[in-house]
Amino acid sequence: MSHATTHEHDHHDEKPKGFVKRWLLTTNHKDIGTLYLIFALIMFFVGGAMALIIRLELFQPGLQFVQPEFFNQLTTVHALAMIFGAVMPAFVGLANWMIPMMIGAPDMALPRMNNWSFWIMPFAFAILLSTFFMDGGAPAAGWTMYPPLVLQGGKNVAFMVFAIHLMGISSIMGAINIIATVLNMRAPGMDFLKMPLFVWTWLITAFLLIAVMPVLAGAVTMILTDHYFGTSFFNAAGGGDPVLYQHIFWFFGHPEVYILILPSFGVISEIIPVFARKPLFGYTAMVYATASIAFLSFIVWAHHMFTVGMPLGGELFFMYATMLIAIPTGVKIFNWVSTMWQGAMTFEAPMLWAIAFVVLFTIGGFSGIMLAIAPADFQYHDTYFVVAHFHYVLVTGAIFAIIAAVYYWLPKWTGHMYNQKLAKWHFWLSVISVNVLFFPQHFLGLAGMPRRIPDYATQFAEFNMISSIGAFVFGFSQLLFVYLIWKTVKGGEKATSKVWEGAKGLEWTVPSPAPHHTFQDNAPVNDADLAHGGAH
Amino acid sequence: MRTEETQKKARKTIYITLGVTVLMFGFAFALVPLYNVFCEVTGINGKTGRISVAEASAQQIDPSRRVTVQFDGTVNSALPWEFHPKVLQMEVIPGKLYSTEFFARNLSDQAIVGQAVPSVAPGKASLYFSKTECFCFTEQTLQPHQQEWMGVTFRVSPDLPEDVHVMTLSYTFFNKGALTPEQLKQGEKIHGSVAKSTSAAEKSAG
Amino acid sequence: MIKNGIKSAWQTFVVLGAVLFSTAQAELALNMPKGVTEFSRDVYHLHMIVLWVCIVIGVLVFGAMIYSIIKHRKSKGHKPAQFTHSTKAEVIWTTIPIIILIVMAFPATRVLIKMEDPQDMDMTIKVTGYQWKWRYDYLDEGFGFLSTLDRKSNLARQPGSGIDPETIPNYLLEVDHPLVVPVNTKIRFLLTADDVIHSWWVPALGWKRDAIPGFINQAWTEILEPGTYRGQCAELCGKDHGFMPVVVKAVSKDDYKKWVAMMKGAEVEQAKLDEKTWSKEELMAKGQEIFESQCASCHQKNGQGMPPAFPSLVESQTVKGPLKDMIHTVKFGRPGTAMSAFGNILSDSDLAAVITYVRNQFGQQNDVVQPQDVAAINQS
Repeated sequence: MSHATTHEHDHHDEKPKGFVKRWLLTTNHKDIGTLYLIFALIMFFVGGAMALIIRLELFQPGLQFVQPEFFNQLTTVHALAMIFGAVMPAFVGLANWMIPMMIGAPDMALPRMNNWSFWIMPFAFAILLSTFFMDGGAPAAGWTMYPPLVLQGGKNVAFMVFAIHLMGISSIMGAINIIATVLNMRAPGMDFLKMPLFVWTWLITAFLLIAVMPVLAGAVTMILTDHYFGTSFFNAAGGGDPVLYQHIFWFFGHPEVYILILPSFGVISEIIPVFARKPLFGYTAMVYATASIAFLSFIVWAHHMFTVGMPLGGELFFMYATMLIAIPTGVKIFNWVSTMWQGAMTFEAPMLWAIAFVVLFTIGGFSGIMLAIAPADFQYHDTYFVVAHFHYVLVTGAIFAIIAAVYYWLPKWTGHMYNQKLAKWHFWLSVISVNVLFFPQHFLGLAGMPRRIPDYATQFAEFNMISSIGAFVFGFSQLLFVYLIWKTVKGGEKATSKVWEGAKGLEWTVPSPAPHHTFQDNAPVNDADLAHGGAH
Repeated sequence: MRTEETQKKARKTIYITLGVTVLMFGFAFALVPLYNVFCEVTGINGKTGRISVAEASAQQIDPSRRVTVQFDGTVNSALPWEFHPKVLQMEVIPGKLYSTEFFARNLSDQAIVGQAVPSVAPGKASLYFSKTECFCFTEQTLQPHQQEWMGVTFRVSPDLPEDVHVMTLSYTFFNKGALTPEQLKQGEKIHGSVAKSTSAAEKSAG
Repeated sequence: MIKNGIKSAWQTFVVLGAVLFSTAQAELALNMPKGVTEFSRDVYHLHMIVLWVCIVIGVLVFGAMIYSIIKHRKSKGHKPAQFTHSTKAEVIWTTIPIIILIVMAFPATRVLIKMEDPQDMDMTIKVTGYQWKWRYDYLDEGFGFLSTLDRKSNLARQPGSGIDPETIPNYLLEVDHPLVVPVNTKIRFLLTADDVIHSWWVPALGWKRDAIPGFINQAWTEILEPGTYRGQCAELCGKDHGFMPVVVKAVSKDDYKKWVAMMKGAEVEQAKLDEKTWSKEELMAKGQEIFESQCASCHQKNGQGMPPAFPSLVESQTVKGPLKDMIHTVKFGRPGTAMSAFGNILSDSDLAAVITYVRNQFGQQNDVVQPQDVAAINQS
């Protein structure tokens, strides 16, 4: 790659010509952000298609469409595609686009590494998805990849492990880039406690990423050596312990949950004040709450393992620690409601999605508190109640926040306003169907339906049918979103630089669409332009 | 414009964050021994300890207390052996040394090496359960149709929490592979005695 | 697209309405069962307490939000206030949740301690998870048996079976041999597994516990009411994870004693079965039954299998080849493949029957295999 030539372009204010230079060799944070977002959207539909096959099979009892082993492959790869392919790259894309603009930096600190960290992703997923076409099929032991089951997999084990290594390297490079950018590239006057919350939450997320992605890499490496090189990290016959894997995995896995949700908190904290025309309530409390959630995420991992037979002391510790997470999370929700309180609200698309986020994420939080109660978890664990819980947190949480962010910043990216009416149709269809999809799953879990099963007893038939109908409406509603984005990229009413009446922050001081290069002159920022410019 | 100074600062940030990354990768592997230490301290996975006879006899005894120890034997389905304890349970006095035996028989026409993995339930009791002698310390080889009584000598510590009245010592025997005739001649991996095969074994072979 | 959207949204509502209406009539399970043990009832109450706390908080928070959304909107000419923080408010909404959590933690701790502290157990049952069945060993009585998905469910659940699951009683929640236990008896469960991690769960007992190969886990229960209680494996354990139900039949202490006596008699019966000489018709009938419950999930009812993982028996060299080799394959499995060793799972007479059935049905062989033939084959 000719980095010297592409690097030159950083100093001009025009886009490189030609597809290869513009996209393959790009080091521009906005172009890389766009690439990440498009990739995430594609993977959202890939993972979504798998989810629809799953819901199709579960539409009624009996096996109609897929074989049980293919069903297990679908649930496994659906999760991996959505977590590592859709949600994480979408947030990295948003970070790439917005963080430099929000802190007044000309670009990310490490533009070339930025290019690599994106272009690794398509290869990682090509490897992962190619396993569907191999003898023995794709990995089928669940995204948690528990041994000994995962070790029964055939060739796909090596491909899965290699794909996860690549995704991990990509995420770590992305995280290092964000840390380096936020710590070193802020415009003069952009103090830490004046940074937008989206930047804050991403900074904390980036630290979580570099702390736990290597742990996942280690865990899957051990699976690889157990499978191919005769080690016995997790093999009881050789003196290993399968439960050890679960401890290592969830030491990664629980912070990973916050990696998926903390940037969402940032997005929502940007949007609500703008459309309430009122400053964010409790800015510093929000920063501290985010940091404490991140800290707590390291000491609660074993609440995913209450049924493995831990000693009483361990169960009590992890139960109490998990319950504690409700406190900083509660602070965030109360602060968002207080931001809306006494505001002058309007309900454009970003605000609608943000409000839906607050309500539905809170429902996911409530079921989270219920799951934290260890003795009750002996009933909830590994049932559809858990499925409902994490989909409320990740679909109506993380994915709703991503959609809200796209509606919020799309005019800034494209220079065009989108069709509000269409956007509201997209919203109402999605928000109703997503509840039809996931709310009945609470009942299924409580009534005793385990997760990850391709067929079920007949007393679960009604709610599964409702859930599947919701799934199809929700899935196809997302085509509206693609259509709307396409239309907005192609044209539409010209957007002003401020876009939204109540918008505040550096990104709204540059024209729409944002020029290829912004904040080249490193000028000091004006406190009046910032959402949190005043003293707190 | 990026200045020299920010470049330098950024480089420092990269080195530190890369350092953290490498450290955390190592940490994942360090969790393996750390977990074993953690288990020894908390009894989290039911693994039992090993002590010497001298250590065992140095302990004081609480003659008034009785604890029930149950025995259980599981054979992994990949191992064509029969395996079960001689007695189902024993009343023991904490602090005293006891011995019991497990019966194992090779049902196949091949010499096979097995490895027994012990586990104690409840997990917290495993901290107070130790063995001076056990067939699980080494791999065991059984000749075709050989049968053998395998001994274990153990002690329950007087420090066992008051609320534990029953504990279970369970062994799972796993297949560590069959021996080829060459290996047999060289006497590799053979820990069991070869001469003990009985008429019962011969009968079942016929 | 909008039109379709309206249509599908509308349809959803119609279906939803219809289903909710029928729900009210059919008394669908919406909530956790109270169960039949003290522990399951404690858990149920705990669940209800936390649920109500969440509902109350939810009503307050969402109520405030909805009020604000209605009143504090620009279209109503509301002027935005400019307050940005209140330390007092932050302290209040940090402290009150802490208090609520502490109040919830007390009963949770109490219930957990009760669960993890088994005292004065009357009997011990060892549960072993296999792919994809359970084995129950009554350690005090010295017998045990396998428990697999019952034949009717197993046939109906095959892809393309054409059997409506609604016509099968207790579809996927019925086994051939349920776990029979006495009521009002403290039962200690020891759980382990043979191949991968499984999880033994009966909602009416109030808990699930993982069965881990090489490790022994314990749990306990005391069932208060006679009845049949159904559950499933709760930890993903491979292809047929959805098809290994748990059925517990709780009976009076007297009935339990009778059942134990019967089971011990059955062991003697089994020994007789293994000694007697069977007719071909007997072997074929029994063999078909065993094939459909034990083999058909992989090799399919028609013996065609699902290559490459589960080879066809019709074309198999093993089925057509020497009898000794086939008995060896079935009895001891084939290492490195999905074919497990059935010698530890089925009796000699069962093995003889199923091998006779497979050779005659799929291999065009005219063999009759007797239990003694099976017993004579040792692992090589």
